[in-house]
Amino acid sequence: MTSTFNVVTSQEYKYGFVTDIEADSVAPGLSEEVIRFISAKKGEPDWLLEFRLKAYRHWLTMAEPEWAKVEYPKPDFQKIVYYSAPKPKKPQYASMDEVDPELRRTFEKLGVPIHEQEALAGVAVDVVFDSVSVTTTYREKLAAVGIIFCSFSEAVKSHPDLVKQYLGSVVPSSDNFYAALNSAVFTDGSFVFIPKGVACPMDLSTYFRINNKESGQFERTLIVAEEGASVSYLEGCTAPQFDTNQLHAAVVELVALDRASIKYSTVQNWYAGDKDGKGGIFNFVTKRGLCKGKASHISWTQVETGSAITWKYPSCVLLGDDSIGEFYSVALTNHKQQADTGTKMIHIGRNTKSTIVSKGISAGDSSNSYRGLVKVQPKAEGARNFSQCDSMLIGQSCSASTFPYIEVQNRSARVEHEATTSKIGEEQLLYFQQRGIPAEEAISMIINGFCKDVFRELPMEFAVEATRLLSLKLEGSVG
Amino acid sequence: MLSIRNLTASINGTPVLKGIDLEIKAGEIHAIMGPNGSGKSTLGKVLVGHPAYEVTGGEVLYEGRNLFELAADERARAGIFMGFQHPIEVPGVSNAAFLRLAYNKKAEAEGRDELDPLEFDDFIHEKIKLVSMKEEFLDRSLNEGFSGGEKKRNEILQMAVLEPKLAILDELDSGLDIDALRVLGDAVNKLQRPDRALLIITHFPRILETIQPQFVHVLSGGRILKSAGKELATELEDRGYDWVLEEAAAGGAR
Repeated sequence: MTSTFNVVTSQEYKYGFVTDIEADSVAPGLSEEVIRFISAKKGEPDWLLEFRLKAYRHWLTMAEPEWAKVEYPKPDFQKIVYYSAPKPKKPQYASMDEVDPELRRTFEKLGVPIHEQEALAGVAVDVVFDSVSVTTTYREKLAAVGIIFCSFSEAVKSHPDLVKQYLGSVVPSSDNFYAALNSAVFTDGSFVFIPKGVACPMDLSTYFRINNKESGQFERTLIVAEEGASVSYLEGCTAPQFDTNQLHAAVVELVALDRASIKYSTVQNWYAGDKDGKGGIFNFVTKRGLCKGKASHISWTQVETGSAITWKYPSCVLLGDDSIGEFYSVALTNHKQQADTGTKMIHIGRNTKSTIVSKGISAGDSSNSYRGLVKVQPKAEGARNFSQCDSMLIGQSCSASTFPYIEVQNRSARVEHEATTSKIGEEQLLYFQQRGIPAEEAISMIINGFCKDVFRELPMEFAVEATRLLSLKLEGSVG
Repeated sequence: MLSIRNLTASINGTPVLKGIDLEIKAGEIHAIMGPNGSGKSTLGKVLVGHPAYEVTGGEVLYEGRNLFELAADERARAGIFMGFQHPIEVPGVSNAAFLRLAYNKKAEAEGRDELDPLEFDDFIHEKIKLVSMKEEFLDRSLNEGFSGGEKKRNEILQMAVLEPKLAILDELDSGLDIDALRVLGDAVNKLQRPDRALLIITHFPRILETIQPQFVHVLSGGRILKSAGKELATELEDRGYDWVLEEAAAGGAR
């Protein structure tokens, strides 16, 4: 365990650099023309353009949500660039060697394995830079067992029927303000399809990178696991350090059919802004999984450390009887960061089960809220939920809030909620220091203990990364 | 080993220590006794570097060095140990992992080899015998859900692991039944060596029957009112503290 504590590196956000690369961008602003431009640029079929336009028209009638406990200047949607792609030397890359060396260096710097031979053992990666997917590794190997893992744009071209069948089936284009915006302007993302009975032989991963200063990132991820299939999917993200805010409004849809299992893990490290709250990513994301089939299983694990504003509620709709939904979350806020994050567990089928474990850590002047809904519908006979929401405060000027909503419409349901708040104070630190352990390592150890129930849900490499990230983010927060 | 000279300290601007002088040599056992609120626990906290207390005057030399130039964790690695009156609970951090990190920090500072988890396992299994602790406590979260007595046992286990030169034990007897007190008292005695020193802070003289001090000091109102040999503890047991306070008032002590 000690090894994880030895890795305390620099305090600064080390992914804050900008790649100097020629980009193919549309002028800032949003209109039907821009949407048509994006759709044409990507050579999309008419039905998809219609999907976008319908979402856009609906979006125009919607208002930005204001119920979350976050305060920020509303983005000016006419100042955002909705399409930005690294200009390719060729329209299609035959291999990674053809990718712009500047771009390759960027991902080397980020430690993202885009060469298969250098890849992390057993992880296939799809890399999304600003608006487009740059490369996807291990495709042939996966294709051999019938797995489709490619960029969203490519899936639209090569598997239009699958995309058409499932796109918007979990998160309708009219779902909420940001989901509607995403549906109108999404540019790329990942598509995963695991056919019947196939257990995906390796972890799949997408790495998102925002580079352009004015660009928003609107990616779309769709994962479908057919009957008896299973997959573990990892998502990582970083962005350069700008003193303006960038908007990230993604939509992730998961569909699990009978006995299928999807495990979705995120380590989110977007740029959080500086100490005074200048700059940083606005992370307004809609993530939802549909346990469509019997005994299907969807598990969300998230470690949220970046972003100036986080507004995110990875949810599970438990439609199939005996289906299981899980949400494991660590949300850390420091300095002026604000997070309002949690989950929704919608129990529709019989004997559906859900587990929520949320750990919020606030330091500096930050605000950290858990917001969760457990809803048991009338037919969800025997539904069960267990929720555990713990908050930890570091210092005097941060805040933590918990907003659990419980709606039960079936008498046989059992819903349990536990919540605690603790504080790392000088007494705790002194105890560690009195045993010869320096304050930084003490905090790291206390935080890791606090997050243990969530970290053990993460794949190994991610757990190590998450541990390191938390130490890094909290460095200097206790004086 | 430790020279305290005219030490004064305050918390939130309120003076708590008003001029303490104390000399502790290697091999000695000292007891600081006094009524509640006398400042005796404060003395311990100031010595280990509790951030809430401000040292306002005087000096403390530890092995010839100015103690206040060392951060709390440096003092610990230099051999000062505090057995806390109220050890904190840390969920999710295993007792064994905590003990090993503490051990390795000290080993590193002293240029000794650090122990890997397997080596430490052997090492710690010897140590827990000394305090008659059940093995399961090693795997549990640090102090979490421990009874008052179990926490104190864990404090002395940490002392056995770190083998400090100067151990300050703050109210070791609180929360302990008579048998546990004897076990821990015996453990502390076994750890005492000619090159080590002990400072026992206690309200009740009972613990001093097992851990026998050569010097007993009565502290009240932030000052040491009386210092004598271990017979003073017996006298306090019989007569309480009031007579010492009255005697000091009559004598016009500083």
